[in-house]
Amino acid sequence: MTDVDVLVIGAGHNGLVCATQLASAGRSVMVLEAGEQPGGMAVNREIAPGFQVPGCAQWLTQFSPQLIRELKLEQHGLELAATDLTSIGLSADGNTISLKQGEVSGEISDADRAAFAELYRLLSKVNRLLLRLSKRPPPYLVEGKLRDKLALADLGLRLRLMGSDDMSELLRQALNNVYDLLQERFESPLLKGMLSLEAVQGTHFGPRSPNTVFTLLQRKLQWAWGGEVSQVRGGMAGLGTALANAAQAAGVTLRYGAEVQSLIMPGDCVEGVQLADGTELRAGCVVSSVDPVTTFESLLGLAKVETDTARRVSQIRIKSGTAKLHLALSGLPNFTGLDASQLGQRLLIAPDPNYVERAFNPVKYGEYASLPTMDISIPSVNDPSLAPDGQHVLSAIVQHVSHSPAGGWSTQRERALSDWIDCLAQYAPDIREHIVAAEILTPADLEQQYRVQGGHWDHVEISLDQVLMMRPFPAAARYDASVPGLYLCGAGSHPGGNLSGLPGRNAADTILKMEKQS
Amino acid sequence: MNPHQDEPIYLPTAFHSRQQQHNLLHAWGGWNGYLKPEAYTDIELEYFAIRSTTAVFDLSPMNKYRVTGPDAEAFLNRVLTRDVAKIKNGRVGYCIWCDDAGQVMDDGTLFHLGDNDYRLCSYTRAYEWLYWSSLGFDVAIEDETGTVAALAVQGPTSCTVLTAMGVTGLESLKPFGILEVSFQGQTLTVSRTGFTGDLGYELWIDTSAGEALWDALFAAGEPYLIKAIGTEALEIARIEAGFLQAGVDFVPAETAVRRGCTRSPFELGLGWLVDFDKPRFNGRKALLAERDAGSRYRYVMLDVDGNKPAHHSFILQHGKVVGTVTSAAWCPTAKTNLAFAQLELPADASLTGLVAEIYYERELRWNKVLAPCVAIDRAPFDPPRRRQTPAPAL
Ligand SMILES: Cc1cc2nc3c(=O)[nH]c(=O)nc-3n(C[C@H](O)[C@H](O)[C@H](O)COP(=O)(O)OP(=O)(O)OC[C@H]3O[C@@H](n4cnc5c(N)ncnc54)[C@H](O)[C@@H]3O)c2cc1C
Repeated sequence: MTDVDVLVIGAGHNGLVCATQLASAGRSVMVLEAGEQPGGMAVNREIAPGFQVPGCAQWLTQFSPQLIRELKLEQHGLELAATDLTSIGLSADGNTISLKQGEVSGEISDADRAAFAELYRLLSKVNRLLLRLSKRPPPYLVEGKLRDKLALADLGLRLRLMGSDDMSELLRQALNNVYDLLQERFESPLLKGMLSLEAVQGTHFGPRSPNTVFTLLQRKLQWAWGGEVSQVRGGMAGLGTALANAAQAAGVTLRYGAEVQSLIMPGDCVEGVQLADGTELRAGCVVSSVDPVTTFESLLGLAKVETDTARRVSQIRIKSGTAKLHLALSGLPNFTGLDASQLGQRLLIAPDPNYVERAFNPVKYGEYASLPTMDISIPSVNDPSLAPDGQHVLSAIVQHVSHSPAGGWSTQRERALSDWIDCLAQYAPDIREHIVAAEILTPADLEQQYRVQGGHWDHVEISLDQVLMMRPFPAAARYDASVPGLYLCGAGSHPGGNLSGLPGRNAADTILKMEKQS
Repeated sequence: MNPHQDEPIYLPTAFHSRQQQHNLLHAWGGWNGYLKPEAYTDIELEYFAIRSTTAVFDLSPMNKYRVTGPDAEAFLNRVLTRDVAKIKNGRVGYCIWCDDAGQVMDDGTLFHLGDNDYRLCSYTRAYEWLYWSSLGFDVAIEDETGTVAALAVQGPTSCTVLTAMGVTGLESLKPFGILEVSFQGQTLTVSRTGFTGDLGYELWIDTSAGEALWDALFAAGEPYLIKAIGTEALEIARIEAGFLQAGVDFVPAETAVRRGCTRSPFELGLGWLVDFDKPRFNGRKALLAERDAGSRYRYVMLDVDGNKPAHHSFILQHGKVVGTVTSAAWCPTAKTNLAFAQLELPADASLTGLVAEIYYERELRWNKVLAPCVAIDRAPFDPPRRRQTPAPAL
C-alpha cells in the first residue's frame, strides 16, 4: 500500500516546481521539507528585529517569464519589486561602469563598448541554444535512442545555423577560460573584473580556470530571452511562497518539519522514505531535490547501489567557496561615484580580473579571501517593507571562502566579518557608521542551514565533466537515479543551479514519460 | 650501462629456490608479475602425476584478497553474484563477479576463514574494484598476494602424502572444506580445493615458511612419486575437468577494450552462480534484463571426433559458422577430444550437426579436418575420489 503516488523530498524551488507539474498531471504528490518554510535556498532571514535579508539567493535571474506564466505564479502571489536591474561595477575612485543587456555606460572606451555589444550578441545567441538544451533532458551520446539522435542532430543543425563565424568562435571559446577570452576582447580592467565575477560566481574556479567560459554562459542563461536581474517583492521568500501556493492549488500536500532520514529500499527498488521521527511513508516513487551526494550517501546509503554508481557518487566534485554577508543599516550608505537612486541596482566589487583571481587563491589553501569579490543587493531600496522605516538591509554574495578553514570558523568568524566590512568600506566609506547588526554565513553555515553539501550554489559543481549527460554522473543524468523508484530533481541535475526551475520541470516531464513507457 | 639490467622483470615466489632445483627445462614464464614454471621436466609426465600420484603446483601468484570487518558478508554480497551467506564458516565457494552491466569480471574462490573473515582469490588484479565496491561498507581489504604462499597438491595420493607430512584430520575434510593445522609454528591452512577435478588440496601459508613447507612436502611425498608440475600440465587437467579459465575462455570485463567482447554469466554457462533472490548485487539489473530477453552467446562443452585438438577452431552448423573454440585439448585420462566453445545461438537452439573446422600441421604441411562434435553436459573426467569423504588413502 502506498500513501501517495509521489513523494518529493525538499520544498526548494525545484522540488515545488516538480511536485506541481506532477500533481497537475493527476498524481497524488506529497512534499516533505525538513525546514519550516518553502523555498530552499530562496528564503528570507531576519538578522535583527524588522530587518529581512535574503538568506541565501538574492536575485531572480533565470526563472523564465514563460515558467512564471505556466505556473501562474503571479496569481499565487509572486510580485517583482524591480526588474531588469543594472549591474554596476564599483570603483574606489568613483569611476563605475554599468552593464545592462549588452549596453555599457560609464568610464569606458568606444572600443570596449562595441566589444561588449558584440560579446553580448554572441553569448545571447549561444545561450538560446543552451536554453534549448536546458529545457529538456540531456541527450545520451552512447546507446542513444532515436530521440537522442534527433536531439543531437537538432543541436548540430542549430550550431550550423549560427553561421560559420559564430560557430567557429563558439567552438574556439567553449572550453576556454574567461580570463583569456576577456583579455582578447576588452581594455577596461573593471569591465573584465565584472565579467570574471559573473563567470566564477558559485564555483570553485578563478577566472583563469578552465571551464569558466562555460560557467559564464550558464550564469547568464537569461540573456537567451533578453532577461537580466530582478528582485522579488517581500524578499526572496516571495518566490517560495508563490510556488508553495501554486503547488497546493494543484493538489500537492506540503509537510514542513518533515526531515527525511533515509530511503526505504528493502529490495532492488526505492519504495518510500523514513522521517527523522520514525514515520514511514510509501510511494510509487521518490523524487529527491536534495543534492545528489547527500541523496546517495546519507539518504540511500552507498551500500544499496552498484559499485559504479557508488564510485561515481564518491567522485562528484562539490567544492564551493561562496559565503554571505548580511548587514542591518540605520540608513543608506554612500557609495563613491553613485547617487542614492542607483543603490537599488546590483553592485559588484570586482575591480579587475587579477583581483578576482587573487580572491580565488586563498580558498585553495583552506583560507578565505580578505579582499573578496562581492555581489551586493540593498533590497530595501526597491522594497522598503524589508526594513524598519528609513532603515536598510544589505546582502552580499562573497567569494571565495573556504568551507572549513584551518582552526575552524569559530576562531576566524569575527576577523572575516571585519575584513569584509573593511573591503566594503573601500567603496562605501561611511558604511560602518550605519551598521546596526551584521553577520556572515560561511559555506559551512549555508551547508547546515540549507542542508546542501558544501553549501554549494549548484549542489554539484558546474564543470564540463559534470554537465549535460554527465550531470550529476552519467547513469543518473536523466533524473532517474540509476536506482528504480528514485529520481533526482534538484540543482544537482541538468541543467544545474540558479533559481530556474528547469531541473524540477525536466524531472517531472521525464517521470511522466517514463511512466507512460512502462 | 642499464642500471636495471640485473633486476628481474618477474618476482620470485616463496618457492623459487626449490622450483629452480626441479626445473630441468628452465621453462619459465610470467604470471601476474611472478616467475612461474611452465613445465619442469616433461608435460605428459607431469600431467600423469596429477592423475595417478601427487602433483604440486605453485599458485602463489594468484591474487589473494583478505576481507575482514563487520560488513564483510554484506560487502561480498554486493560484489559476488551468488549468496555469500550460504558459504558457511570453514567452507570455500566458487564464485564470479560482474560489473554493473552484468558482464563477468572474473571468477575465483571465496574462502570463509572465520567470523567476518574471508579470502577472495582471483585471476585479475581486483584491488581497485574491491576498493570502490567497499564504499558504504565497514570492511578492510588487504592484498595478500605477496604475503601468502600457496601450493596445490593434487592427485589420488595427495591425501596420503599430506597425512604423511603430518597434517592430521585430513581424511574427514569434505570437498570445499577448510582445515587449519600448525606447521613448524606457523598456521597452515589446507583447503580441499583445486583446479584439476581430482582429489586434491591447496595449502596456504605465510611466505616466510614457503621453503620449509616445500621441503617437508617433497620429503613426505617422495615414496609416493610426488612431482612438481607447471602450467602446461595443469592446463590439460583443467580442461579435462571442465573448468573455465579467465582470460582464455572469457575476457575479464575490465580488461576488454571492444564492446561486445565480454560475456555474462549466462553466456558462460554460469547462470547457476547468479542468485536473484539477493535484492542487490553488481549487475543484477542488467542480468535480470538479459534473463528475460535472452542471451546472445552460449557456452558449450564439445566432444570432438578424432584426436586432433580443436584449438581456435570455428564451429559450424549446417555449413554456417556459429561460434569458435576458446579451449581445447586431447584429454588422456578421459580419452576425449574436448573443446569449450562460444556459440552465437539462442539458449533453446538445437545443438545437432555441430562440426569443428580444425587445422593442424605436419612437417609444414597444413591439413584441415571437419570433425563432428557432440555437445556434452558434464566434463568427461569426474572420478568418485574427487568427492569421497573420507578421502581415499593408500
Ligand atoms: C550564497 C548563494 C547565493 C545564491 N544566489 C543566487 C541568486 O542570487 N540567484 C539565483 O538564481 N541562484 C542563487 N543561488 C543558487 C540557488 O540558490 C540554488 O541553485 C537553488 O536554490 C537550488 O534550488 P533547489 O530547489 O534545487 O535546491 P534547494 O534550494 O537547496 O532546496 C532543497 C530543499 O531540500 C530540503 N532538504 C534537504 N535535505 C532534506 C531532508 N533530508 N529532508 C527533507 N528536506 C530536505 C532543504 O531544506 C531545501 O529546502 C545562490 C546560492 C548560494 C549558495
